[in-house]
Amino acid sequence: MLDSAIYILTNIPLLSKGIWIAVQITVLSMLLGMVIGIAVAFLRIYGKGPLKKAVSLYEWVFRGIPQLVLLFLVYFGLPEIGLNISPFLSVVIGLGLCSSAYQAQIFRGAILSIGSEQMEAGLSLGMGKVKTLFFVILPQAVRLSLPGFTNEFTIVLKDSPLAYAVGIAEILKYGRDLIVSEFRPFEIYLAAALIYFVLFEIFYYLFKFIASRYKVPGYIIAEG
Amino acid sequence: MPLVRIENITKSFGKHRVLDGVSFSIEAGAVKVIIGPSGTGKSTLLRCINMLAPPDSGKIWLNDVELTDKKTNLNLMRQKIGMVFQHFALFKHLRAIDNVALGLLRVKGLNRTDAYAVARKNLLKVGMQDHGDKYPAQLSGGQQQRIGIARALAMDPLLMLFDEPTSALDPELIGEVLMVMQNLAKDGMTMVCVTHEMGFAKSVANEIIFMEGGHILESAPPQVMFNNPQNERTRSFLHKIAELYGESL
Repeated sequence: MLDSAIYILTNIPLLSKGIWIAVQITVLSMLLGMVIGIAVAFLRIYGKGPLKKAVSLYEWVFRGIPQLVLLFLVYFGLPEIGLNISPFLSVVIGLGLCSSAYQAQIFRGAILSIGSEQMEAGLSLGMGKVKTLFFVILPQAVRLSLPGFTNEFTIVLKDSPLAYAVGIAEILKYGRDLIVSEFRPFEIYLAAALIYFVLFEIFYYLFKFIASRYKVPGYIIAEG
Repeated sequence: MPLVRIENITKSFGKHRVLDGVSFSIEAGAVKVIIGPSGTGKSTLLRCINMLAPPDSGKIWLNDVELTDKKTNLNLMRQKIGMVFQHFALFKHLRAIDNVALGLLRVKGLNRTDAYAVARKNLLKVGMQDHGDKYPAQLSGGQQQRIGIARALAMDPLLMLFDEPTSALDPELIGEVLMVMQNLAKDGMTMVCVTHEMGFAKSVANEIIFMEGGHILESAPPQVMFNNPQNERTRSFLHKIAELYGESL
């Protein structure tokens, strides 16, 4: 038992070589998902006609495809039409597109809960739609969506091991390599689980800190 | 030459015709109070004037600029029309003073120092100079509404629209808002108010407009309207209001 515990602990530094790449994948996928997600959310609410329909379709499609399938489509599928994308970029695109559909929902819910009077107040000052969206709606929407965004971030973090499937050297890949030579899968996977758990906690508290930093007094937002 | 001219405007929401051919004009410095049963298009009429709810037909002019003309720069014209909302509509993520300064910064393009100087001046006008650092949720309804008025005033408008500014307030908070509005009227601000505050209407308005079913049924100076209403509907409405608010009209 003690031996196993020591073995797990000594392996954490070896696995942790993969932490940086896992964090990179998570953060970049989330950023890609956020940029697309915010745009999709705004277009679904304020867009008109075909554009509005197109983004609804986008959301619907990407919510329905498993990340791994999307990842393989990007990495193995796109070279067929002459688009060679590196494994790292494929993962970011795959996870990012998937997350964008979920983030669009989070932001849309936040924007809808703000109420039309805020937009009218901005317009009545002569700010116009774009400035009001930027200076009035967006700052409130971001605050309101923080709990959902935090949740989505931790989901993407926990999906990041999918990168293993296209051969990226992240935490799980280092673990596999160790198992081949040492054959102690239980301890090594447990070490990997521990690393993910700690990463999860770190990011969770980071977002909690951000939420408290930008908290508006009296403006109630549910805890994530 | 009137400041605002409204010519035969109509507005429907779906099948419901909310405004059915409304015309009137507003001279500079005039205070008009619009009264009438709920759902008769009073708020919609205000929203037409600043084009938040553009009319389906008819024309609106402000200072000889036709607002209903598609070529008109509405963002420019709306700066000249202040609007005060029933539920205040303060920007909830901004402090009171930031609410007042936002339009100055982002629309008028003032630098921070100037914008906040103007904002402070307008907070003083509504007696909120000590509350600039508070967020809307930390203020009472009456205080929030006064910030709403200051926010509109800061843009230096030619005309102020009040959409039931006191109807979301506790009775003991109504007075402070009406006081601010009274002072504005005294300073010569042109105002159009939708309100049920008959005391205010009587003492401040030059004209009372009674609306029902999307029409103006009657309009007259307060003393005529309250003492000798011509229309049967106006009479019964005023009677009901008097019963409700216990005011002798």
